[in-house]
Amino acid sequence: MNDLTHLTLAEARDGLKAKRFSATELAKAHIAAIEQARVLNAYVLETPEKALGMAAVADAKIMAGEARPLEGIPLGVKDLFCTKGTVTTACSNILKGFEPPYESTVTEQLWRDGAVMLGKLNNDEFAMGSSNETSAFGPVVNPWRRRGSNVHAAQEGAIEGAHLVPGGSSGGSAAAVAARLCLGATATDTGGSIRQPAAFTGTVGIKPTYGRCSRWGIVAFASSLDQAGPIARTVRDCAILLRSMAGPDPKDTTCADLPVPDYEAAVSRGVKGLRIGIPKEYRLDGMPAEIERLWSEGAAWLKSAGAEIVEVSLPHTKYALPAYYIVAPAEASSNLARYDGVRYGLRVPGRDIIEQYEKTRAAGFGREVKRRVMIGTYVLSAGYYDAYYVRAQKIRTLIKRDFEAVYAQGVDAILTPATPSAAFEIGEKGSADPVEMYLNDIFTVTVNMAGLPGIAVPAGLDSQGLPLALQLIGRPFDEETLFAAGQIIEEAAGRMVLPEPWWAK
Amino acid sequence: MNAPVPPPQRSRKLIKGATGDWEVVIGMEIHAQVTSQAKLFSGASTEFGGEPNSHVSFVDAAMPGMLPVINEECVRQAIRTGLGLRAKINLKSTFDRKNYFYPDLPQGYQISQYKSPIVGEGEVTVDMPDGETIRVGIERLHLEQDAGKSIHDLHPSMSFVDLNRSGVALMEIVSKPDMRSAEEAKAYVAKLRTILRYLGTCDGDMEKGNLRADVNVSVRRPGEPFGTRCEIKNVNSIRFIGQAIEYEARRQIGILEDGGTIDQETRLFDPVKGETRSMRSKEEAHDYRYFPDPDLLPLEVDQAYVDELARNLPELPDAKKARFIADYGLSPYDAGVLVAERASADFFEAVAKGRDGKTAANWVINELFGRLNREGHGIEDSPVSADQLGAIIDLIGEGTISGKIAKDLFEIVWTEGGNPREIVEKRGMKQVTDTGAIEAAIDQVIAAHPDKVEQVKAKPTLLGWFVGQVMKATGGKANPQAANELLKARLDI
Repeated sequence: MNDLTHLTLAEARDGLKAKRFSATELAKAHIAAIEQARVLNAYVLETPEKALGMAAVADAKIMAGEARPLEGIPLGVKDLFCTKGTVTTACSNILKGFEPPYESTVTEQLWRDGAVMLGKLNNDEFAMGSSNETSAFGPVVNPWRRRGSNVHAAQEGAIEGAHLVPGGSSGGSAAAVAARLCLGATATDTGGSIRQPAAFTGTVGIKPTYGRCSRWGIVAFASSLDQAGPIARTVRDCAILLRSMAGPDPKDTTCADLPVPDYEAAVSRGVKGLRIGIPKEYRLDGMPAEIERLWSEGAAWLKSAGAEIVEVSLPHTKYALPAYYIVAPAEASSNLARYDGVRYGLRVPGRDIIEQYEKTRAAGFGREVKRRVMIGTYVLSAGYYDAYYVRAQKIRTLIKRDFEAVYAQGVDAILTPATPSAAFEIGEKGSADPVEMYLNDIFTVTVNMAGLPGIAVPAGLDSQGLPLALQLIGRPFDEETLFAAGQIIEEAAGRMVLPEPWWAK
Repeated sequence: MNAPVPPPQRSRKLIKGATGDWEVVIGMEIHAQVTSQAKLFSGASTEFGGEPNSHVSFVDAAMPGMLPVINEECVRQAIRTGLGLRAKINLKSTFDRKNYFYPDLPQGYQISQYKSPIVGEGEVTVDMPDGETIRVGIERLHLEQDAGKSIHDLHPSMSFVDLNRSGVALMEIVSKPDMRSAEEAKAYVAKLRTILRYLGTCDGDMEKGNLRADVNVSVRRPGEPFGTRCEIKNVNSIRFIGQAIEYEARRQIGILEDGGTIDQETRLFDPVKGETRSMRSKEEAHDYRYFPDPDLLPLEVDQAYVDELARNLPELPDAKKARFIADYGLSPYDAGVLVAERASADFFEAVAKGRDGKTAANWVINELFGRLNREGHGIEDSPVSADQLGAIIDLIGEGTISGKIAKDLFEIVWTEGGNPREIVEKRGMKQVTDTGAIEAAIDQVIAAHPDKVEQVKAKPTLLGWFVGQVMKATGGKANPQAANELLKARLDI
């Protein structure tokens, strides 16, 4: 029965339809796998009863010949998505035990289409981080190990050896998909939080165009950058999930009022005649040769599939990261002001309201969140606003224009590396200098700043046997081209062989 | 509309200090609650007086992941108000976040239009009681969220929060510093309130806090630049606005005349003591860290929409007043009194329709308003309807009743109601023009007062006394004109 967890989402969907197995069997296989994998810390909340209930409904629907698009597909949900009656904390102590009385639009649409919820997935606290180490529930273990490393599950269910991070902030989502603890997962991406963990775990992740998915019911980090998207094991699986997740929502005025295309149909469209840009500014000094090589390889694959490869220039790329680390904290400092201990979540009483605020927020927020709230408060302060926030917004405009200029030249998509390195060890980065961690987002933040869609597709292994990925950046609302081109890379690179469950008891 | 408002041309209203004359300069920020069913960014009800926290949506309570969605009706009302203030409507405006922590501010920020408001410069014409007309420039009008209410006196150590008002739409209407006395400031607020009520964009109910004023006061020697101002927050009655300005101006003059300087600060008005007192200094002022709200796209409206709203605007008080003067021959004062409330003006017009305007105005203002004021009624719950009052005026006009009887009739209609014509009929209040009946009364009076008959020959002004006696004898029903004529003939004068 455990074989069922090895299926792709598309295979599972077809198998359910053909009644080769039931949704209940599929759910049970995943529930068992999750129980075996608690040491990875991917799930912060397991909801097996909910899963079995939903699976029973799915089986009835399938029997009645009324299967919906995602009927019986077991999914994990990043803990940033509010789920009605199921604790949602954004992996922060300040929301400990918070049970939303509402369901986020994105998850609501997944359940509408018949998907089954397995539980809530770990992430960096309030999605602030690139390694999942800032979670109040502790770090997530990457199912991938360096070749020949000593990492193993010890007797008492702990991990021994220098294990790796799954990336972040959607680290739980990526790890769960890679470890076959779900067929797909919801994730969010503010500066790379879908694409970087997907790259670190050999999975596929797409950040759609800003406004493609509703933000309603997703705990906000930086409102002008946040966007939901799926992580799954194949390009096709991501396409299937995104179709259900996307779409207009009157409750989010920044959500685009556009019809959702049949993304799955675009997967096999091919890249013949497409023009793919290679931005020279993404060629960083000191970039590992393996990544450089992979990038060239990716271009060659697309070329041999019929695409034209052109060098392009995105001149303001180098300002993107510093500008991002002004805009995102500025918005976060304001978005997180509501966690004040007055209405819900953690409250630490004080002598007066000021002391209650101070104690509650001191106890409820972790170090990285506090750092960003302070940075954000600083850059919005009188006397600094123009020097930081206003300038960062100007840079944002210039970055957008860079992309517009490239697309105006007839370029259909841009190919870049997804990350500057493969997965690193827990505790390896950012403990002394947070900027070291921030540099992980160097290839991904530009896409958020410009509001464009971006997909990370696994493209090979580094010398240590760890997955590396390429990123494709598309025109606004043209996720279809990304699925078509991503499929070419997936086919050329060969489907990732995911690690065997060394973590299982 | 964009031209700068010229300096007010008016008689100087100066305050005498110990060392010479001072001029007070006043500007105001009026917070007016928008009349709408739902809040500015949520579907929760705006109804007043619900159980605490009964009109609160997830958005108003700032639950995680909730997003604001602009209520079109509030935008429509703000634009209509702008048009009523003869102001520039900005087709594109934006919303900003004003960040500060307070328990009755669930989001930790207020959504407001800081940088680009929906309405730009405009103007309000204000008629002063002495007949002078001043113009007060409007700087801007913007939409923003109201906060909830903190209640500090229900528990010895805790405060309670009621979020019913949280997120309700407010219009902040900012004037230019164009007022020069407490009287002008009071008249401005009254006029603004009238305009808002005409438009139906704010009910102007100051008792419920639906209209509140922040008053900026400074003083200067005539002809000198503006002095340092103090802002008096949240004054909630027109009378208090006047008292606060009077007190504050005196306070500032006192300091300056003693050689001191004014600290720019925020002050509160204490209605019990009639004083203002310091709330926080400029140094203690919050840094609100304004920035564009990323949850909301810029608000865009097209000119055709604005034009449509302009076409459907009701007649506003200035236009109505001019029309009352021109069409009904009213004095500017009477017209001003009648148009102060739209309901009064409508009542007057219903009474005046097909009748003499001046007579109608006299009855509405002197009899009806006088009585309403004494009894604390509004025009909306007047016991005498426009039809009833019109019928009373008709009965006078056609000579059926005298003016004196009419006042009795008004009293009966006020207390008992009913059709005035039927009342006159049933109770025999008709004016007597039958000379026989009047002559009988005259005979009676002459017979009873032979001494007066002697006197009247020498002193014809005594005739009035005779008329009075005849009226008394007939229970007021005699036609006074007829009684006069008949008496003259009988007394041979």
